[in-house]
Amino acid sequence: MGEVQPILEVTNLKQYFYLKKEKLFGEKQIVRAVDDISFQLYEGETLSIVGESGCGKSTTGRSILRLDEPTDGSISLFGENLLEMTQKQLRVARKDIQIIFQDPYASLNPRRTIRQMLTEAMSIQDVVPKEKQEARMIELMQLVGLQPEYLERYPHEFSGGQRQRIGIARALSVNPKIIICDESVSALDVSIQAQILNLLKKLQKELGLTLLFISHDLSVVRHISDRVIVMYLGKIVEIANKKSLFDTPVHPYTRALFSAIPTVEKGQKRERIILKGDVPSPLNPPSGCRFHTRCPFATEQCKQQEPQLVEVKDGHKTACHYWENFL
Amino acid sequence: MAVFILKRLAQVIPVILGVTLVVFLIMQMVPGDSAVILAGEGASEQTIEDLRESLGLNKPIYVQYFDYIKGVVQGDFGNSLKNGKPVLEEISTRLPITFELAMYSIAITIILGLIAGIVSAIRPYSWLDMSFMVIALLGISLPSFWLGILLMYTFAINLGWLPVAGWESPMHIILPAITLGAGGAAIVARMTRSSMLEVVNQDFIRTAKAKGLKGYVIIFKHALRNAMIPVITVVGLQFGSLLGGTVLVESVFAVNGLGRMIVDAIRTRDLPVVQGGVLVASLIFVFVNLIVDILYRVFNKRIDLN
Amino acid sequence: MEQQKVLEVKNLKTHFFTKEGVSKAVDGVSFYLNKGETIGVVGESGCGKSMTSLSILNLIPSPPGKIVEGEILLHGKNIVGLPQEELRQIRGKKISMIFQEPMTSLNPVITVGEQIAETIRLHEKLPRKQAWDKAVEMLRIVGIPSPEKRAKQEPYQLSGGMRQRVMIAMALACSPDVLIADEPTTALDVTIQAQILEILKDLQQKMGMSIIFITHDLGVVSEMCDKVAVMYAGQVIEEGATEELFEQPLHPYTRGLIDSLPKLYEEQDELQTIEGSVPSPYKYPVGCRYADRCPFARDLCREAQPELIEMAKGRKVRCYQYSEKWNLQESGEL
Repeated sequence: MGEVQPILEVTNLKQYFYLKKEKLFGEKQIVRAVDDISFQLYEGETLSIVGESGCGKSTTGRSILRLDEPTDGSISLFGENLLEMTQKQLRVARKDIQIIFQDPYASLNPRRTIRQMLTEAMSIQDVVPKEKQEARMIELMQLVGLQPEYLERYPHEFSGGQRQRIGIARALSVNPKIIICDESVSALDVSIQAQILNLLKKLQKELGLTLLFISHDLSVVRHISDRVIVMYLGKIVEIANKKSLFDTPVHPYTRALFSAIPTVEKGQKRERIILKGDVPSPLNPPSGCRFHTRCPFATEQCKQQEPQLVEVKDGHKTACHYWENFL
Repeated sequence: MAVFILKRLAQVIPVILGVTLVVFLIMQMVPGDSAVILAGEGASEQTIEDLRESLGLNKPIYVQYFDYIKGVVQGDFGNSLKNGKPVLEEISTRLPITFELAMYSIAITIILGLIAGIVSAIRPYSWLDMSFMVIALLGISLPSFWLGILLMYTFAINLGWLPVAGWESPMHIILPAITLGAGGAAIVARMTRSSMLEVVNQDFIRTAKAKGLKGYVIIFKHALRNAMIPVITVVGLQFGSLLGGTVLVESVFAVNGLGRMIVDAIRTRDLPVVQGGVLVASLIFVFVNLIVDILYRVFNKRIDLN
Repeated sequence: MEQQKVLEVKNLKTHFFTKEGVSKAVDGVSFYLNKGETIGVVGESGCGKSMTSLSILNLIPSPPGKIVEGEILLHGKNIVGLPQEELRQIRGKKISMIFQEPMTSLNPVITVGEQIAETIRLHEKLPRKQAWDKAVEMLRIVGIPSPEKRAKQEPYQLSGGMRQRVMIAMALACSPDVLIADEPTTALDVTIQAQILEILKDLQQKMGMSIIFITHDLGVVSEMCDKVAVMYAGQVIEEGATEELFEQPLHPYTRGLIDSLPKLYEEQDELQTIEGSVPSPYKYPVGCRYADRCPFARDLCREAQPELIEMAKGRKVRCYQYSEKWNLQESGEL
């Protein structure tokens, strides 16, 4: 890629949550939801973060917008650290990063029409002059595939898929550079999910958006991404471009995750790797490699020593002591 | 849990200080002078002044207050201005009576409230449910002294089934206990009903049905235990208003309990007795609330940790 | 040799009588299940698959729901309209259920051991101690580590995957003939889902029960089921052996559904979509319920409802394309 500057750079991000003490003389409990992760987001790409519940993928998304105050690390947008900004500066910066959630209904005010919602979003960020707002709204509605007449309606008058389109329209209304999609298609039926995925792809192409796509669904991730991050218990275990990851997953967790997905595709019933046990709690994550409690290949070294992310081939990094065995 | 209990116990201290201070100040502001009342009609200026001096009423208010608090910490609630007996002694003869009354009332609150609530929830919108809920609404709206007088008029004076007032036989307990417990029973009934109706629509009740369990097992074993969680809080709150209620009900039925003691003491400006009575009542209130909170946490922990 | 039909659903109609009108959530559903067989009932939200499963044990919220027509034959005997008392003997003993949300489907204030043991005491008339021991044994069978300790815990102390194992232990405690699994893995992570599916398959082999698997996930169906019934707008629109159905879907809706899935092993530029939306269960169109979204629909499709046509043994489709009328219309004879 040469010396392309990332549009967003996350460095050593840590997001801890402190729980109330349960016992009088007990230790303060710390949930290490995201524990020292770094990655770059390049302009125009779709980077996905995939993993199971509790891996920290959604927390990462929220941290970037400072919806939760990160514990440590830096997040720089165009070279400026978001974590050092004042609330005022942050508000301006948020214009460039928008987020779309899983349940658009919960994030749309039920008592406001779509028009009111879009007007409000545009006015807060002051991106579109008043006289151009009307035209912009109509343009936005057409962009996300909704009829402009729907502007006067309330959120409950729409189906799940349409609401997600409204969520997208609202995000787009401030001309963001980056959109974070947090499980944005997970609650939708497959036929609707396909429509929204197509829409996101189309918009990205037309508007040159950069997407950070957070999902637990590997087939959706495969469809939409350029590069993929796999997270487990607050750590990045593998990061690679899509083709490399899907053709040759290296980390034992990634491979187990792939093999666990039931599919209708012919000739793809491959050997199942069934992981034992549950994902450990991020409250007391295992020592060494966090995956060692469930990894079929774990050794003494894995229990003791935490593996670092190493580049195993061009742009493909993984955090496993024994990656060479799995290439 | 230990942290929680200690924290709550620590909160008792400012509450007690606050309560005593407020009572102290109010009694100061109320017109009338204890010394004058105590000395009786026609007493000379000198007698009144001497009385003031000996009771320490001439000292600045804050000194009086600190003297009082000092005594309380040492277990000395002072002496009654009226008969000179220690306040603690007076309280210890009155408290058991009020306690007994309160226990019967709370029993009525819980038993009547639960039965009406459960029956209503099993057959919502049936005539039985409707009538229970109308009665409950009346129970909440009627002030207890009015209900007391009504009951007294009907069952004691007109029908002559029960004694009018006093506190001698078990028969004497019935009317005051019902009067005091009725409002709470109505609130508990409504709470139980709505809580049960919410619980029976939960997934685990469907699971219980799918297992083939009998109807009453589903209601009493599976639904009621869960529905009780909010009801516990309500019962706890009721206990608080019950203490307040004793003041009225004991006066209406001439029961010599703590509530009536406080009322009488206020009438005679017997400050130490008022102080002591209110202090004990607040301690009981704080303590009961603590128990309710602990119970609630024990029950609710299972759900909240989801 | 004719196989033994364990359960047969015949022309089942479950309607909901609400203020807004009559919602025909289940509107003429038929399928059957042989011993040891697994049928997948798939469809998108609102297609009536869950209401079908709840109707079998009459667990639909009533009022407003009511089974208005049809039969449910358990070993040939109709169980629709049975008195509560008799139905209770079937629930949890002959037919049992597991649900989507393991979080809310267990009673939060009763130990999991007791929740299993009470079913055993009820149906197998075992004394307390033995019922408890059997409950612990069931927990061991579904792969819960240190079951003696876990049995004494309440659901909140268990993870989601564990709770679903408890649900399975509870459902299978009395060796039912039929297990209805209503989206049992939807709320779980994929690696946990894989564990649960494995246990179900394993226990089915050991215990020989038949399974009705309700799900929206086509992948799970192809993994778990011998045959599939695809539902749309309250009806079965296609049925067939799993592999055959996924390789050669007949109904345009089934095809659309499969095509709109993003593929895990193949690059696609754009996903196929199904235009439009599902018709309201309060007001179905006169003709084929899929006609408004179907790229092949003709006048014929909008005039009257197509029947479920049997193409080959066990292979059925509800679409005019496979009827004689279609060809007649094409050649202009109709």
